[in-house]
Amino acid sequence: MTDYTRMTAADIAAALAAGETTSVEVTQAHLDRIAEVDGDVHAFLQVDAEGALATARAVDEARAAGKELGPLAGVPVAVKDVLATEGLTTTAGSKILEGWVPPYDATVVAKLRAAGMPILGKTNMDEFAMGSSTEHSAYGPTHNPWDLDRIPGGSGGGSSAAVAAFEAPLAIGTDTGGSIRQPAAVTGTVGTKPTYGGVSRYGLIALASSLDQAGPCTRSVLDAALLHEVIGGHDVMDSTSIDAPVPPVVEAARKADVKGLKIGVIKEISGEGFQPGVKQLFDESVQLLVDRGAEVVEVSCPSFEKGLAAYYLILPSEASSNLAKFDGMRYGLRVGPEGVASPSAEQVMAATRDAGFGDEVKRRIILGTYALSAGYYDAYYGQAQKVRTLIARDFAAAYEKVDVLVTPTAPTTAFKLGEKLDDPMAMYLNDVATIPANLAGVPGMSIPNGLAAEDGLPSGFQILAPATKDERLYQVGAALEAALQEKWGGPILAQAPELAGKADAR
Amino acid sequence: MTDAVVDYDEALQTYDPVMGLEVHVELNTKTKMFCGCSTVFGAEPNSQVCPVCLGLPGALPVVNASAVESAIRLGLALHGSIADWSRFARKNYFYPDMPKNFQTSQYDEPIVYNGYLDVEVPTESGDGTEVFRVEIERAHMEEDTGKSLHVGGATGRIQGAEYSLVDYNRAGIPLIEIVTKPIVGAGTRAPQIARAYVAALRDLLKALDISDVKMEQGSVRCDANVSLRPVGTEKFGTRTETKNVNSLRSIERAVRYEISRQAAVLDAGGTITQETRHWHEDTGITTAGRPKSDADDYRYFPEPDLVPVAPAAELVEKLGGTLPEPPAQRRKRLQSDWGYSDLEMRDVINAGAVDLIEQTVAEGASPAGARKWWTGELARRANVEGRTVEDFGVTPAHVAELDGLVKGGRLNDSMARQVLEGVMAGEGAPTAVADARGLELVQDDGALEAAVDKVIAANPDVADKVRGGKLNAAGALIGQVMKELKGQADAAKARELILAKLT
Ligand SMILES: [Zn+2]
Repeated sequence: MTDYTRMTAADIAAALAAGETTSVEVTQAHLDRIAEVDGDVHAFLQVDAEGALATARAVDEARAAGKELGPLAGVPVAVKDVLATEGLTTTAGSKILEGWVPPYDATVVAKLRAAGMPILGKTNMDEFAMGSSTEHSAYGPTHNPWDLDRIPGGSGGGSSAAVAAFEAPLAIGTDTGGSIRQPAAVTGTVGTKPTYGGVSRYGLIALASSLDQAGPCTRSVLDAALLHEVIGGHDVMDSTSIDAPVPPVVEAARKADVKGLKIGVIKEISGEGFQPGVKQLFDESVQLLVDRGAEVVEVSCPSFEKGLAAYYLILPSEASSNLAKFDGMRYGLRVGPEGVASPSAEQVMAATRDAGFGDEVKRRIILGTYALSAGYYDAYYGQAQKVRTLIARDFAAAYEKVDVLVTPTAPTTAFKLGEKLDDPMAMYLNDVATIPANLAGVPGMSIPNGLAAEDGLPSGFQILAPATKDERLYQVGAALEAALQEKWGGPILAQAPELAGKADAR
Repeated sequence: MTDAVVDYDEALQTYDPVMGLEVHVELNTKTKMFCGCSTVFGAEPNSQVCPVCLGLPGALPVVNASAVESAIRLGLALHGSIADWSRFARKNYFYPDMPKNFQTSQYDEPIVYNGYLDVEVPTESGDGTEVFRVEIERAHMEEDTGKSLHVGGATGRIQGAEYSLVDYNRAGIPLIEIVTKPIVGAGTRAPQIARAYVAALRDLLKALDISDVKMEQGSVRCDANVSLRPVGTEKFGTRTETKNVNSLRSIERAVRYEISRQAAVLDAGGTITQETRHWHEDTGITTAGRPKSDADDYRYFPEPDLVPVAPAAELVEKLGGTLPEPPAQRRKRLQSDWGYSDLEMRDVINAGAVDLIEQTVAEGASPAGARKWWTGELARRANVEGRTVEDFGVTPAHVAELDGLVKGGRLNDSMARQVLEGVMAGEGAPTAVADARGLELVQDDGALEAAVDKVIAANPDVADKVRGGKLNAAGALIGQVMKELKGQADAAKARELILAKLT
């Protein structure tokens, strides 16, 4: 019997189109897999079996009736809990939104529904997407399917772990400083952060509005392209959305050719100081691209070093304002202050925010409030915006010489749960290679490029392209993926340990 | 506690007032500033809301293009510069009537800057009027907040209330805030200038048709900053900001009161506290609100959810072509067309009847007749009943028709008034009302003459007085004649006839 959970989305779609299976069968297989392993992994905050199967049935009926269907119709998908889903609880990993049922769909979710894709459920994340390990979820951490004692990355650890654990063929993540790419790297999966504005942010609970971008989490580059095509495109509900067609990503993923392409290795993020195994895999991958006909050029982006500092001023500043609305007045958690007989609205707001937000969220709200304060604004927020401009200039200069830039996605493989929880600075350093893309609004992708020699855990290879040239990520990513799989004799996840499948293992 | 005040004229001998006026205008766009919700006033609470204006998690704003056009047109009409690149910013503060706990506004990059508005005020000597130029610092776009209703307290204020309700229908209504530069040199006329400025701005907004300018519904709200400095000095004194003064009369009174109050504080050797103050319509005083300082920290930063507003030069030029005739110029032209005296024109303006008279004249009425009915009758009556002339259901066409009936000799004034009653009661147009009520002047001279003779015969002593030269006494006879003919006589004709017979 075919195990549909092991197939790529492209293969499932082909099987559905050929009438070899039904969406109900495929969806049920994934629901069964979730029931089997999610007790260990905890990728999902909520599973919507009923809703997913209802969509599956509707798609099967439509197919039987000969209706025209999209390429991913009937292929199930998991959605990060930061996107509003009408009728389905959306918490952003926070206690403050526990039980909140949105009255509307995020545009991305509406597009998934319109494409006939059953939504399996909502995936775990660091609270309000603040973190690189999913340990900051108010609902408990997600575990890395490669080693359950390790982090799955963050903030979208749930989405990447769900895909890595074969609980879903596809998932939606969001990336503010690497929250799609870094989890992809440490779970041996593929993740794309599209060009800023390439995918609507409407209904995405904002962390940092000028940095957030939703994108695909998958097990193959082609799958990512197929999902990218479904969720991308202009949206009148999002002013920052780009009014242009989705770049030809699927075509590029199928092309998988790097002959004659110029690939830039960034001097400042070439793996120096990173985990040796990660650095070694990065060098090998670059060589594989050269072997396939690409030309490698070293470029310098001197401002990238200031990126982390700028990011940790811009993000908290925007977040402090974006998160102000969570005050217990209109929806979500409401907590009365202790020992006050008839509290004022202000006292209720304070008590609610105190009880509802976790430490990392409070840390960043305080940081952002401070950075925006009169007298400090220019020195902090203002300077950070200038760094942002410099980084964009570095990118522009680099792209005059090369077609894409490449870096290791994250400095290390997955670290142990709890290892960096008390050291925010060490945690923040995880994003050093992924942050520049968010600051400049350019697209980036991480694909798995091997298991590090010292720990046997997956490492990620990041590809960056100029804004709106997302197709280049797929062209290069698919070429490298093909070269690597040729070497490995199959997808990297075939090398992942089998999960015990005991619901109470955790 | 009531503050001490000094006599206004006395205060002005010692101090020179400086004002700054901030006027918030609700635009009359069909939809809200950042979403597609309706802006109609008075709907069921929280019936005109959506994820965007409720600030639900994930929702995003989109700028209302027609609000931007309104702002540009206003800017041009104020002789201001239109920024070719301006941005929205977030003004961060916590308050339950603000769904996002920040207001999307404009900060250091407003759409309009550096304009002016000329207002007409009485000269210092009081004999005539002159133009006073109020310089405009900026005009910017923003969204309105929701409205809190505090329930259970005695005052309707939050203090002492048991609970509060919030209506978010108003949240997200487009606002334009127009901020003047410091108004110096107003002297004793400061309160009048404040009033005249807001009145002129209101007229301009109305002429531009970008707001319904209903001050009583809060569509135009004024905050008045007032400070005093010793006469002959340069440095501005500490200012207070009296919030939400919502009628022209109140603006004048509030500024006047603040000048008297601040003068008393300064005379007693005290200092003015920089604070917001509340205006009390009933008692005519202001009371201290929240202390305010320049360091009030709203942590403004550019709104990352919106792209900059960068109107194309062609759009600005096109909008410049849609500006109405400036209200002051239009009034001058109409006054001259209609042949009204300055006093008559002022009454018409104060009655808010300029447009109505213009339309009535266009329907064929004489300017004198139109003025008589709109200002003499309808506006007067609206004022007494605390309503607006629009409430009566009388149209310019009705008035023109009525004027025609009087001019054509079918109705006299008192009959015309009865017809107007009928129109207001919804009985139809004037001719139909006159027909239905059987109102028509007695056209038969024989009947009139017979009545005059009868009345003279019945009132010999009154007739004697008239004969003796007391022409005023004829009024009593006219009244009798009218009574005899059940009011359906032409009073002027009756008077003519009585005088002819007795003198
Ligand atoms: Zn709305």
